[in-house]
Amino acid sequence: MPLTATRRVTLGLILAAAVCLLFGDFEISTHDPWQALGRLFMGLVQPDFSRVDFLGEALLRTVAFAFVGVGLGSAAGMLLALLFRHAWVRTFCAFIRAIHELFWALIFLQSFGLHPITGVLAIAIPYAGTFAKVYAEILDECDPQPERSLPQRAGRLSALVYTRISQAWPHLVSYTAYRLECGLRSSAVIGFVGMPTLGFHLAGAFAQGHYSTVGALLLLFYALIASLRLWARPRLLPLYLAASPFLLGTGLPIMWSNVSRFFTEDIVPAPLRNGEGLAGLWPWFGDLLLGQALPGIWNTLLLTQIALVLTGILAMTLFPLISHHFTGRHLTGRVRGAMGHGVLVVMRSTPEYLLAFILLQLWGPSMLPAVVALALHNGGIIGHLVGRRSNEIHLRQDAPGGINRYAYEVAPRVYGPFLALLFYRWEIIMRETAILGILGIATLGFYVDSAIQELRFDRAMVLILITALLNIAVDILARRLRAHLRLSHTARSEP
Amino acid sequence: MTVLALKDAVATYGEVRVLGPLSLTLAPGERVALVGRSGAGKSTLLSVMYDRWRDQGAALMPQDLGLVSTLSVFHNVYMGRLDRHPWWRNLLTLVRPRRRDVAEIDALLGRLGLDDKRWTPCGELSGGQRQRVAAARVIHQGGGMLLADEPVSALDGPLSEVVLTALTDAYPTAVLAMHDVELALRYCTRVIGIQDGAIAIDQPSQRLAATDLLPLY
Repeated sequence: MPLTATRRVTLGLILAAAVCLLFGDFEISTHDPWQALGRLFMGLVQPDFSRVDFLGEALLRTVAFAFVGVGLGSAAGMLLALLFRHAWVRTFCAFIRAIHELFWALIFLQSFGLHPITGVLAIAIPYAGTFAKVYAEILDECDPQPERSLPQRAGRLSALVYTRISQAWPHLVSYTAYRLECGLRSSAVIGFVGMPTLGFHLAGAFAQGHYSTVGALLLLFYALIASLRLWARPRLLPLYLAASPFLLGTGLPIMWSNVSRFFTEDIVPAPLRNGEGLAGLWPWFGDLLLGQALPGIWNTLLLTQIALVLTGILAMTLFPLISHHFTGRHLTGRVRGAMGHGVLVVMRSTPEYLLAFILLQLWGPSMLPAVVALALHNGGIIGHLVGRRSNEIHLRQDAPGGINRYAYEVAPRVYGPFLALLFYRWEIIMRETAILGILGIATLGFYVDSAIQELRFDRAMVLILITALLNIAVDILARRLRAHLRLSHTARSEP
Repeated sequence: MTVLALKDAVATYGEVRVLGPLSLTLAPGERVALVGRSGAGKSTLLSVMYDRWRDQGAALMPQDLGLVSTLSVFHNVYMGRLDRHPWWRNLLTLVRPRRRDVAEIDALLGRLGLDDKRWTPCGELSGGQRQRVAAARVIHQGGGMLLADEPVSALDGPLSEVVLTALTDAYPTAVLAMHDVELALRYCTRVIGIQDGAIAIDQPSQRLAATDLLPLY
């Protein structure tokens, strides 16, 4: 059997993951993991909705931070998209989106403190980078003819709004709506570092062992995301955007001396700050590289590779849940399909960080919670998209059923799009892997977090820069692989 | 407006020359019909003219119309005058059109039989309706001359006459690519026949009959 390029790449990825498994640490260290899991399950079955003010604040703040962050990000992203033909703008955007929102939150926590602006900027900055890229792609795909037929001296702004933005409007809206859903997840997660959103309340409830409150928070969060289309109506958006800035809470006042000290002193590498000059910089940097960056990079790559392959396996296993070629089209099939959708919605609505946090409470610190969390979340997303893609396939009437149908008719047809999607998620999985270090798994985020704990912000900044470069490198590698395998699939096809 | 001239104009797609070298002059008040087989170079010639004369106020009605299908008929027509209003008024018009603009454009739409479609997005119109919207836009735009590529190809008998009358009323000077030879002779003062990217016939209309143009096809 000939080894096609697709097979070679697939086998290569699996082999690399298998090697990584040998080096990883996948121990369950808690005393009784199943009992903890059972308690969480009981919390989900018997949620306690009685603490209305507690739950209400968690949801209100989560929504408010998401709206303000995504709103600012999309406005800035649109401006950047209009300048996207300049290489420096593209590079700048690639850089700011390569840094995870939690890292941005950690940076701003050290300067602005627990002021709401920390959370808002943490979401708005990386989102602006992503919005710029995707908006620019959408605007580029517009039909150029209307712009050409305009009167010669129509102003640039008028021309832009009437032709390109008007044509692209439905796509811009649907992408922005999708990012609003992502924004809700990001907003929930920045609570884990101290913002007053869902993560903050969830961590508190966990620490106190209030599993029924944890259950209530999770269920409300799923309900919030599942009902997004019902309450986030286009006509109501201006109202939400206007009200959100006033619902962020007050936090703590900004100490401006801290802000200026952070940016002018704290993040300057120690040898330069102490006047040792370049001579002192190299040993400092070498020490940082060997002692922290390299182990961090190694663990990040290891975990990413395993999570990537597990994500793929999960996605290819789960997509039949929502594919009518397997559920059937009659009433029972529709019911089964709806249940499959439910499973995938819950999987993809749970942020990796939140899932990893919960699993870590249950299983104790190792790579296992991180890998499972990454695979569940991303597998849910890719499974959903591959399933939807499979529904566009028309099978001949006498096509085989069951496992034969999967292996011969459907899987071969969706495998190309599946790989394209997996490669798109690669960078995202890597970004998340790095960030999960904050939970205590020794990826790059762990070293960043430790450096911040020790008030060595200069080291933290260098490590964050290294993480960003690593993400950009993986993105380039994934793009090369897609080109090599001739896979084309636009980023916008994400749910 | 002075006499417009093209001198030794050429157009190439990659290595292949599809038009010219070709020279012609156009006097104010002249209405030229470009006729010829499809692929002869009519659209390319119009495109060359537009690039050359755009600064002098030429308005273009391209073959694929250049409508924005997400915008309403009103807004597509309004786009013809984006250059006459300040940017903030254009933005405001997207949200809340001014009554005066609506009345003015309504009159035009009424003439072209589109008055009930004012707020329909162009994407929901039929081919013939879309073509009339594009005609309304260039009429609303106004200017020294019209360059139109098959302006009535999707319209049937009476409607195509209504549209051609409206277009030629608004633009005494025009170059129209046409495939209907009868209409070309009736509405234009001069006929230019294009064959293999060069001018094969160039005569005043009254000296030509439809049969004279048959060799071009």
